[in-house]
Amino acid sequence: MTSLLSRRTAGAGPGAGEEPPVRRRRNAMHASEGRWGYLFLTPWFIGLAILTAGPMLVSLYYSFTDFSLLSSANWVGLDNYERMFTEDDRFLSSVAVTLTYVFVSVPLQLAFALMVAVLLNRAMRGVSAYRALYYLPSLLGGSVAVAVLWRQVFGREGVVNVVLRGLGWENPPTWIADPDFALWTLILLRVWEFGSPMVIFLAGLRQVPAEYYEAAHVDGASALQRFFKITLPIITPVIFLNAILQLIGAFQAFNSAFIVSGGTGGPSDSTLFYTLYIYIEGFTSFRMGYASALAWVLLGIIALFTAINFALSRFWVHYEDGGR
Amino acid sequence: MSTLTAPGPPGPATDGRESPRTGRGSATRWIRRIPLHLLVALGAIAMVYPVVWMAASSLKPDSEIFSGSASLLPEVFRWENYAEGWNGLREPFETFYLNSFIISAFAVVGNLLTCSMAAYAFARLRFRMRAIWFAVMLGTIMLPYHATLIPQYTLFYELGWVNSFLPLTVPKFLATDAFFIFLFVQFIRGIPKELDQAAQIDGAGPLRIYTTIIFPLLRPALVTGAIFTIIWTYNDFFSQLIYISDTALYTVPLALRMFLDTTGESAWGPMLAMSTLSLLPLVLMFVLFQRQIVEGISTTGLKG
Repeated sequence: MTSLLSRRTAGAGPGAGEEPPVRRRRNAMHASEGRWGYLFLTPWFIGLAILTAGPMLVSLYYSFTDFSLLSSANWVGLDNYERMFTEDDRFLSSVAVTLTYVFVSVPLQLAFALMVAVLLNRAMRGVSAYRALYYLPSLLGGSVAVAVLWRQVFGREGVVNVVLRGLGWENPPTWIADPDFALWTLILLRVWEFGSPMVIFLAGLRQVPAEYYEAAHVDGASALQRFFKITLPIITPVIFLNAILQLIGAFQAFNSAFIVSGGTGGPSDSTLFYTLYIYIEGFTSFRMGYASALAWVLLGIIALFTAINFALSRFWVHYEDGGR
Repeated sequence: MSTLTAPGPPGPATDGRESPRTGRGSATRWIRRIPLHLLVALGAIAMVYPVVWMAASSLKPDSEIFSGSASLLPEVFRWENYAEGWNGLREPFETFYLNSFIISAFAVVGNLLTCSMAAYAFARLRFRMRAIWFAVMLGTIMLPYHATLIPQYTLFYELGWVNSFLPLTVPKFLATDAFFIFLFVQFIRGIPKELDQAAQIDGAGPLRIYTTIIFPLLRPALVTGAIFTIIWTYNDFFSQLIYISDTALYTVPLALRMFLDTTGESAWGPMLAMSTLSLLPLVLMFVLFQRQIVEGISTTGLKG
């Protein structure tokens, strides 16, 4: 818009005397544009104030109180945070459970996503149907229905154990009822949803110039060499993007643990995801001050790992155009 | 925030690229490809097997579900599972579907309207502190919902909105799903500015430019926004869980959870029948809008 207007003024007014009126018109226009800008943003501003920024500050305040929804908040200083790190075993186990979940499931999920994306990044019969089938669990996996299914499949008398007994294993583990295995069934559920990072990888793989492969082929590079020397370095930005997205998503996982453990995080807190613990503290025990403190610690943990990811990215993510 | 930028320009995501190798007969290549096909096909079957198993078992009597029968096809089709499941709670399932659809519909209208308005302002209008507000908007995308969870709940509690659809729908009219603002900004930047300028010369103000040019041309992005809003709202469990307690207001995921709690492990047939049914709208969305969903994920990292 500026360019058009300035071109017109330049053409219209060669004399210095004609500049001011035009400029005044332009300024008036900017002023009204500014008003319109804020007008169009009004809903967003209201939302930002009363649903995001305001609540963030209030939640920080609550985290220093014993607020419980039904009674008013009393300032307790750092008590909540102190209790968390010194007395609360459930907090510590929920951190351990969540970190295990995140750092096992995300790399596995990304590895599968990349592997399958490379397999499916070629012209072959039925490739779009294959892609759709591999993607589908991502769409359905977060639903309560699939969590219910998981509870059946990995139950004491679930289909997995029926099959295992059929194969001659008389006392298979009870999976979701066994503290050693319950979390792993949830990790499996998450890894199964590798379709959406796969779709992002497929888009990234399409950007790798075909000439690179042709040149490597002429030089006699094997398929494995082509993957590690060409494909992998070029798509590091896409790997990074996927890692960030999945990391943040995995930290906030809730549905599967809630449904599979019946809302308790059991057995023996082995599926007590951090988010589930926030829910239990805030909405079943109504210790909302404490839950707010938990939420702020989660915010810190996510920010920390995202920052680490960004910091490390300098060493392994290569941008074709030198990082813009 | 650079992580949110597109990894590459959008393109048709469904056709693969021909292998760079040339000069081989297609017949030999086809034969060489057989192991690959087998591998990929077996993998695909393994991927969808759990869902297929669920659909098949939803037609079996409980005894057969637990008999370990290898056959997916039921020996006796027990259609009653569906009837029993549908009416297994205090309210019939049509209530829960209707509730889910009502919430989704409001969410779609709210998101498309207010997010596109904000996006138009960010992409086209110049106003003071635009860059700062834009950065704030991007920052809110990554914010975990826990950070605002409890004060939001208290706010709605004080307003007397708990146990109604209002906490689930009103925020959508305040452009809280900032991801869509970002999506629409990206799209509007691709609309030629000459169109705005032509309208401006004809005396159109921002309101008319938005309603007659930007909003209509934004349609492809709006479709993507609507699809993802529906999927997210329909799949949402957490906020529905904390805000809704009255069975008559239950959504589909809440009903499934209640079903699990009340029948326990005693009625797997009807339980799986309702679970299978609850996935149908999602599968239908996927079949109808596969291209938009895949493009939405691959160009913007929308979680799908």
